[in-house]
Amino acid sequence: MLSRVAENIYWMARYVERAENTARVVMVNANLLLDLPRGVAPGWEPLIWITGSTELFEARYKSYGERQVVKFLLGDEDSACSIISYLRQARENARAIRDIIPRESWEQLNALVLGTRASLQQGLTKGGRYAYLKSVIHGCQGLTGMLAGTMNHDQGYHFLRIGRNLERADMTTRIIDVRSADLLPGESELRPFETIQWVSVLKSLTAYQMYRRSRQLRVTRPDVLRFLFQSDEFPRAVYHCMEAVEASIAPLPRSDSALRLIGRIKRQLQEADVGSLRQDDLHTYIDALQLIFGDLHGEIATTWFLPQAQVQAQSA
Amino acid sequence: MPIDWKQYRSEGFYDEIIGPRGGPRRSARHLARHLAQMDAAELTARQAAADLAITEMGITFTVYCDESGGAIDRAWPFDIIPRIIPESEWRRVEEGLKQRVTALNLFIDDLYHEQKVVRDGVFPEAVLKSSSNFRPQCVGVDPPYGVWAHICGSDLVRDADGTFYVLEDNLRVPSGVSYMLENRLVTKRVFPELFEDYAPLPVDDYPSQLFDTLATLSPRPADYPEVVVLTPGIYNSAYFEHAYLAQQMGCELVEGRDLFVDDDDCVYMRTVDGPARVDVIYRRVDDLFLDPEAFRPDSMLGVPGLLRAWKAGNVGLANAPGAGVADDKVVYSYVPELIRYYLDQDPVIPNVPTLRCMEPEVLKHVLTNLDTLVVKPANESGGYGMIVGPASTQKEREAFAVQLRKDPRNYIAQPTLRLSTVPTVVDSQVEPRHVDLRPFILSADRQYVTTGGLTRVALRRGSLVVNSSQGGGSKDTWIVPQGEE
Repeated sequence: MLSRVAENIYWMARYVERAENTARVVMVNANLLLDLPRGVAPGWEPLIWITGSTELFEARYKSYGERQVVKFLLGDEDSACSIISYLRQARENARAIRDIIPRESWEQLNALVLGTRASLQQGLTKGGRYAYLKSVIHGCQGLTGMLAGTMNHDQGYHFLRIGRNLERADMTTRIIDVRSADLLPGESELRPFETIQWVSVLKSLTAYQMYRRSRQLRVTRPDVLRFLFQSDEFPRAVYHCMEAVEASIAPLPRSDSALRLIGRIKRQLQEADVGSLRQDDLHTYIDALQLIFGDLHGEIATTWFLPQAQVQAQSA
Repeated sequence: MPIDWKQYRSEGFYDEIIGPRGGPRRSARHLARHLAQMDAAELTARQAAADLAITEMGITFTVYCDESGGAIDRAWPFDIIPRIIPESEWRRVEEGLKQRVTALNLFIDDLYHEQKVVRDGVFPEAVLKSSSNFRPQCVGVDPPYGVWAHICGSDLVRDADGTFYVLEDNLRVPSGVSYMLENRLVTKRVFPELFEDYAPLPVDDYPSQLFDTLATLSPRPADYPEVVVLTPGIYNSAYFEHAYLAQQMGCELVEGRDLFVDDDDCVYMRTVDGPARVDVIYRRVDDLFLDPEAFRPDSMLGVPGLLRAWKAGNVGLANAPGAGVADDKVVYSYVPELIRYYLDQDPVIPNVPTLRCMEPEVLKHVLTNLDTLVVKPANESGGYGMIVGPASTQKEREAFAVQLRKDPRNYIAQPTLRLSTVPTVVDSQVEPRHVDLRPFILSADRQYVTTGGLTRVALRRGSLVVNSSQGGGSKDTWIVPQGEE
């Protein structure tokens, strides 16, 4: 398989995953705000932190109002981190590998981009938002399923899984970071709402039901953190994602150093007592994890993708 | 209201389906009767079915880039009524095309070796000296079988008397063959019943013929050759075709950055498993962008050292660099002479009468008759930079005359052709629209001509411009086993 093709598949998977996660986060935030009392609600700003685009947002909008944030994350064609931009970038990657991916998957992605753009106005209204986001999530999952069911599970498919799971791990840590940082301080009169907020963390990741099944405990901070970082069963848990990346990297040639790096990440996940981390330490821990995800991407790129000079030459 | 052929008029033109007295030509009788049985609603429904099939099958061509850098894919414009050519007539065309491409390849090979044709005074040295597609870097190279243009797309037109003429030969990176193949698939969906009456000769073995042609260029004949298609990338207007052909041949579709030439002068592609040797490259990148080491140093599309590897005989290139020297429209005007010179034969298919503006007397004549002539630059494609006299304004002609005087070597002039027409669906009725035909000729150890080719149609009433980049469409082309007219 050509290195460039592997790289395109990898990025296509990452962008589709990013679009899906962004849709989830917006959906859950909207729900959460309905449950929290006015005045204590964290509002919409944290969503911009999650995507790491504070500067870009503030350059374009004057306030962190619901309308502004939702527009920025759903349909802003100029924002590199809106759902539409992610899907468009996924489509551009897919276009370059049209001869590799099954035709119906290409058509599904194509239809998803067009449909998401065409019904954007619906997504920007309070009443239409839920249906809109649901259709984005279904569209992304449909594509993932279609590829799983129709594409050869060859090297190309491995790169697809690597991209998707690395992106997923990264998004999970971002969501935990931001959603836990803006959690309410331990003021006793607000206690009832703390549970709601941890539930919302789980729901951002569609993890609530699975958490209940595997823990059968009430929702507490330490347990939620342990579940989301360390579960080897829940597909959006960081540890599980790393195992999936590892399984797809192992069959590839020259995989030694990437595998060593994953070994380190897995140890870091297993050994940490994440449940007892205080907020500051949790943040530091997540920072360290994200840096090492970046290293892993770098290792994958140097081992299997086109040399950087070639990539730059093309984009110059 | 069903189609009434008596109302159909293609005054003064040769119509491919309906004869001069209003009745269908013999080879098209079934088709005309079949269409006449349909009412407007059914005709519209069939056209809609074809358009839907094209959208679903993702048959597109790329038009331009929008501001954000994205390329716009347009659905391929297609008309459902096929153009019909009797097989007996086609065999002669096929023979003529083979003859022509044989002579062209001998000519190219001669130009890069002894240039006998110049010394013998058949082809003027001045034209060669000023040719923008002659590549001095290729002098002395001996490609396999002496063939330089492995894939040629020649444009044919019929004039008012029904005679086929060659309008031009495309020897650089001719495109359109994927649409020829897809048009057939769509027509099969739209008119399955007609296929029973006609059994047009199949077209779909082109990809395997192409692969076989390319495979014969492999420097390692013992192994199963690694053949790749080299594309400039997704923003190229023919990207759909590049991806399509790679897919149909089961080859990798590569970009320049996927390849490199190593110290051993062999070409490798960068794969997940490490470097893999490449034997044959069907390149769809223009000469000058092919190798920054040998041609334009600023090219981002090419592969440094590619020419070196080709000259060393370590990789096959189709078409060979430098083959475009015969793609020049001034060269075109000499092809009948070249056929006589190299093959000692008379041309089977005539050229369109062509005036060379580089000759001073001719230039004077062309300048005073700009309103009746078609004048074309020698090296443009896609219908750019030309003027169609009768359809031009005084102002356009004046501006064009300035260009022409500046560089007469770069222009040829031809009479305005009365291109043949084919009934075409317009607003749920049929009207005549002008067409041309681009067959593809493969050459290596042997020759192969596509069955028919791509019929391009000028969709605007009265227009002679068939290029898809300028709003043209296409039709399926049927070579049918019925006899002569």
